Amino acid sequence: MTTTEIPPKPPQYRPTVAKRVLGFLRNTWRGLTAMRTALILLFLLALAALPGALLPQRALNPPKTDQYITDHGWWGTLLDRLQFFSVYSSVWFSAIYLLLLVSLVGCLLPRSFDYVRSMRAKPVLTPRNLSRMPHFREATVERDAADVLAAARARFKGWRTVERDEEDGARSISAERGYLRETGNLVFHFGMLGLIVFFALGKLFTYDGQVIVQATGGPDSVFCNSGIYAYDSFNPGLRVDGTDLEPFCVKINDFAAQYTESGEPTHYSSNIDYQSGADLQTGTWKPYLLEVNSPLRTAGDRVYLLGHGYTPIFTVTYPNGDKRTQATQWRPENQVTYLSDGATKFDPPGITDAAERRTKQLAITGLFAPTSFVHAGVLTSSAPGLNNPMVAIDVMRGDLGLDSGQGQSIFEIDQSMVDDGRLKQVARQNLAVGQSLTLDDGTKVSFDGVQQWVSLQVSHDPTQDYVLVFAVAMLLGLGASLLVKRRRVWLRVRPADGAGNGTVVQVGGLARTDQAGYGEEFTRIADELLTGGKRK
Amino acid sequence: MPVNETLSQYSDWSYTTATAIYVLALVFFLIEQSFGAKGRLAAERSRERQLVGAGAPTSATETTTDTPAPAAPRGRVERIGRMGASLLVLGALLHLTALVLRGLATHRVPWGNMYEYIMAVTFIAVVTWLYVIRKFPVRHLSGFMLLPVVILMFIGGTLLYTVAAPVVPALQSYWLVIHVSAAATSSGIFLVPGVASIFYLFRSAYERNGKFARFATKLPAADVLDRVAYRTTVLAFPLFTFGVLCGAIWAESAWGRFWGWDPKETTAFVAWVVYAAYLHSRATAGWRGSRAAVINTLGFAVTVFNLFFVNLVTTGLHSYAGVG
Repeated sequence: MTTTEIPPKPPQYRPTVAKRVLGFLRNTWRGLTAMRTALILLFLLALAALPGALLPQRALNPPKTDQYITDHGWWGTLLDRLQFFSVYSSVWFSAIYLLLLVSLVGCLLPRSFDYVRSMRAKPVLTPRNLSRMPHFREATVERDAADVLAAARARFKGWRTVERDEEDGARSISAERGYLRETGNLVFHFGMLGLIVFFALGKLFTYDGQVIVQATGGPDSVFCNSGIYAYDSFNPGLRVDGTDLEPFCVKINDFAAQYTESGEPTHYSSNIDYQSGADLQTGTWKPYLLEVNSPLRTAGDRVYLLGHGYTPIFTVTYPNGDKRTQATQWRPENQVTYLSDGATKFDPPGITDAAERRTKQLAITGLFAPTSFVHAGVLTSSAPGLNNPMVAIDVMRGDLGLDSGQGQSIFEIDQSMVDDGRLKQVARQNLAVGQSLTLDDGTKVSFDGVQQWVSLQVSHDPTQDYVLVFAVAMLLGLGASLLVKRRRVWLRVRPADGAGNGTVVQVGGLARTDQAGYGEEFTRIADELLTGGKRK
Repeated sequence: MPVNETLSQYSDWSYTTATAIYVLALVFFLIEQSFGAKGRLAAERSRERQLVGAGAPTSATETTTDTPAPAAPRGRVERIGRMGASLLVLGALLHLTALVLRGLATHRVPWGNMYEYIMAVTFIAVVTWLYVIRKFPVRHLSGFMLLPVVILMFIGGTLLYTVAAPVVPALQSYWLVIHVSAAATSSGIFLVPGVASIFYLFRSAYERNGKFARFATKLPAADVLDRVAYRTTVLAFPLFTFGVLCGAIWAESAWGRFWGWDPKETTAFVAWVVYAAYLHSRATAGWRGSRAAVINTLGFAVTVFNLFFVNLVTTGLHSYAGVG
């Protein structure tokens, strides 16, 4: 191309507004759907996704995110403002993938039309000069033209072929195959489009919630998916308000863990019963073995076994003989040894006066060790299995702050009550199962035993099956589009000059794919066509 | 099931020996690369042969005879190169032994922690390379190819070494076999185009304006390197996609969602997008050649980053390194 041409004079008329708008739109569309733009958008997408791996993300770990922001001062605040802690819902990330989506559609539409057209088209005419093709062979054979053609027709089974008579008495076959490449390419891109659409739809209607349930088979080990308040935490999608959850119930009968000698867990499982749909009316329970990697799927939801922990059972015997037993879950503070902490809280029975009650509330806090090891009076745990459980507890008495109207963690006491002097420590002791301690007013606190709890996650995502279907389509399309070669073979057969001298056979080949590595296949085909049989 | 410590011990010995043999092979290949003037000529010759096979216009006589180029004179350097290749095969066999024994010792697939994963990835890289040097005249470059392999194996065998043990419940699934083997295989194959693309950048700079003349003259032609990179990427990319897809299916049954922007998932996504960009760049005017090679190198950088940084520095659901 030369650059010496004088540019044409600008037009003398002024384009109308409508024309200018149309021109602008057309140019934007062309620019957006150009491959170069798509490439740059792909880079931007990769670049924009990266901070999500490097910075803590609010959706995954809110406390860590807040910690990061406080640790980094104005820099953290700035990043927060620029949505770097929620990358995948940020304006800029969404902008990139929406542009990419538009670019994809703009690329796919014309290509789909081309595809339909090319699927109807016949293989192209045999080039006049076959020897100019990248692959070319020629030979004079003794068989006559009809034989060669018949053999070629058999060889080109599965190829799309067309046979033509040429002017100088020659006859040619054009053969083409590998149309699956373009099909695969389109399937891949449409699959990706579908995947993105359904992924986005899923974000509207998904929800998941976590809940801790006692694993005893008793009334406190039943969880029903009745509403948000049944959960300890709940993450709704954009269009989920927590009403209309699909109802089902699960009952956790037990929990079992297996460990190696060094205390590494090797297996978790839990026998559960569940009911959903019509079973809720009839009260029928169905059994299921809940394991890691094997969630319960019922009522369009999935129930996962996330983790487990221990619940120490305490009984408080008041001086008047009243007994109260509580089983509150404690949380593992060490994920290897399952040394746990928590707070089991008691309201004194039979006292109606709120002010008096607030002087006699009890809380049992401290540590729980499933396999205890006491050294110099300090309790630690040496393994996660329930082998020799023990607690090291502080008994606190006074106002727990339960009436203050503020919610409080079930794992902790309200430290401000201790700081105000309204909640005082009245005893500290290590207890094994069956042991007890007596407070100064004659109240007896006994450690009765241990039960287990499991933490469950309930997940709901109505579109994930569609996402999977499109993902599989993408994969199949990708395989076809990268591994299938689109290639052409032409055969021209012409009687040699002078009767009885045999037939001149020419074979030409062209792969329509870059770096396809077509040579070997062509050599094989040409050999067969020229010799009239399979080689070897 | 208890771990068979004898087998595990033999596995460790095989691993160490394989690494040592790779180092020896590396030295042999470097000698071939450095002193092999004849090797360079052989490369040129076989390059011509390659082009005949793969797209250069030819005349009828050349192809119908189809005789291989006359055998190169067997110089000392050539012999050293061949010995290097034999050593490479031996090393790969020992490497395979280490993997198999490790699997037998632990009664599970031998890629449950980072040491084992690196062992698998490097093994795949070596096997891929063995295949490539059968197909393309690039044997004298094996030294550069072995360098990252040896470094990875050294890091794996020292810093990241983990005693043979069972895996945590979340990993006890048949998806460990499918997902992790797909990920390890594709990462291992990606090592080859990564290295080939770096060579391509040197060679194409030389072919354009004569830079790096001392080094680049011993490299195969740019189009050979480009073809090596493309063919291996095209193989690894669908496999990688398959691995990510299986990962999503597994995550759905283990973690409660199929995609949650976990650091590993995010970085895999980034790598996927980069390799997708590589494939697109080869179909875009003005982006073929050097730019595509840069993108491929970048993709490999992201893969390595995904292996080390994400496993060792960030905390996420994929933190199974077994170190720390």
